[in-house]
Amino acid sequence: MTEVITAREGAITRPITVRVNGTAHSAVVETRLLLAHFLRETLGLTGTHMGCDTTSCGACTVLLGGVPVKSCTVFAVQAEGHDVTTVEGLETADGLHPIQQAFHEEHGLQCGFCTPGMMLTATALLRENPNPTDEEIRWALSGNICRCTGYQNIVKAVHNAAAKLAGQWR
Amino acid sequence: MYPASFEYFAPTTLDEALEILGRYDGEAKVLAGGQSLIPLMKLRFASPSALVDVNGVFELGTLTEEGGGLRIGALTRHKACERSELLRGRFGALGAAAPQISDPIVRNLGTVCGSLAHADPQGDWGSVMLAVGADVEARGPDGTRTIPIEDFFQGPFTTALEPADVITAVRVRDPGASAGGTYLKLERKIGDFATAGVAVHVSFANGTVGRAGIALTGVGATNVKATAAENVLAGAKLDDGTIKEAARLAAEAAEPRDDLRGTAEYKRNVVRVFTERGLRAVAEGRSHD
Repeated sequence: MTEVITAREGAITRPITVRVNGTAHSAVVETRLLLAHFLRETLGLTGTHMGCDTTSCGACTVLLGGVPVKSCTVFAVQAEGHDVTTVEGLETADGLHPIQQAFHEEHGLQCGFCTPGMMLTATALLRENPNPTDEEIRWALSGNICRCTGYQNIVKAVHNAAAKLAGQWR
Repeated sequence: MYPASFEYFAPTTLDEALEILGRYDGEAKVLAGGQSLIPLMKLRFASPSALVDVNGVFELGTLTEEGGGLRIGALTRHKACERSELLRGRFGALGAAAPQISDPIVRNLGTVCGSLAHADPQGDWGSVMLAVGADVEARGPDGTRTIPIEDFFQGPFTTALEPADVITAVRVRDPGASAGGTYLKLERKIGDFATAGVAVHVSFANGTVGRAGIALTGVGATNVKATAAENVLAGAKLDDGTIKEAARLAAEAAEPRDDLRGTAEYKRNVVRVFTERGLRAVAEGRSHD
């Protein structure tokens, strides 16, 4: 899929191609466009939430080349040629991703605003450490803030997802 | 909250990066991890005409051992330091600091050299490098030069770098065969800047302290090297009396200010307690050698 977006007259732009959730998107973007805004506004993937806009809260976390980054603190042009995974990329044809199913089952969210970032960070954690302890989960998620303070169930959800993924791989 | 417009370049060689920086004559900034620079640009505290993204300049390299010391190349992320087995033992101050930098997601992108170039007096790596001993290697229009870390920080957000310089690495000096250190940081929450932080390093020689390094975070206009505390340790045994005296002198070297994170008096006391605690941890670690 290819989209060409025209930036405003006189703007400093650059053509980029970014593979988002497995689909290549080509666009001409302003160099100063943040990755978060590219995802939300250019591609319409509003599952990536803008929380603090100051690199503090982690609501805008996406995976860039498989690594969690705060997309409010990366320019879209830096993602050129890279893979990006947003929360919309977690679900498969078979249904919810195990991490999504686990957040649902354990009630790992209240208002849900921090949830996309939490799930993406947790996904990266479980890929590296398939059976984390409570402490390792809390440590890995310490850059993601839940202002409902629902951390207890978030930690439970990550354990639940770890068990689901272990079953899948067996 | 957009930054001002800028030209963007993503060179793949250092020569190319230097050529662009030269062409912009001080109006271009180097983009590595971007975890300090991009927030500044969003607030328009920084409005460079151009960004030179060096993430594709692989010759800048990552973390390697070098002649008893370390070479931390300009693309070394905090996360790589957090995971590295090299940053244990003799380089304990580095290993202790790495997981305390900002938060885990920021550590995936942010770089050690970028943090030094940013020269925030609240930066943790500045204190660590001052304590352990290091040299910043920079390349500019006139070639490569080495800046001792002791001469590097010139004020808040101000370094000895010239506008067209790129830091290529920070080289940590060989601390000797028997050495240890740690980094203690008080933060209100993960991701906050230090209320106060203390880097402690000791190189031993013949059972006494050969060289000691103590440096402070968040209690001055730059990272503060507590020279008087270092001097009282040099040549001494790392015993209770010496540790207490060094901690007192480190607290004296601090120049804290009252702010939301605490009063000046409180921060000065944190420096004293952390210096004492850090030196005790080093002495304790040594007794297990």
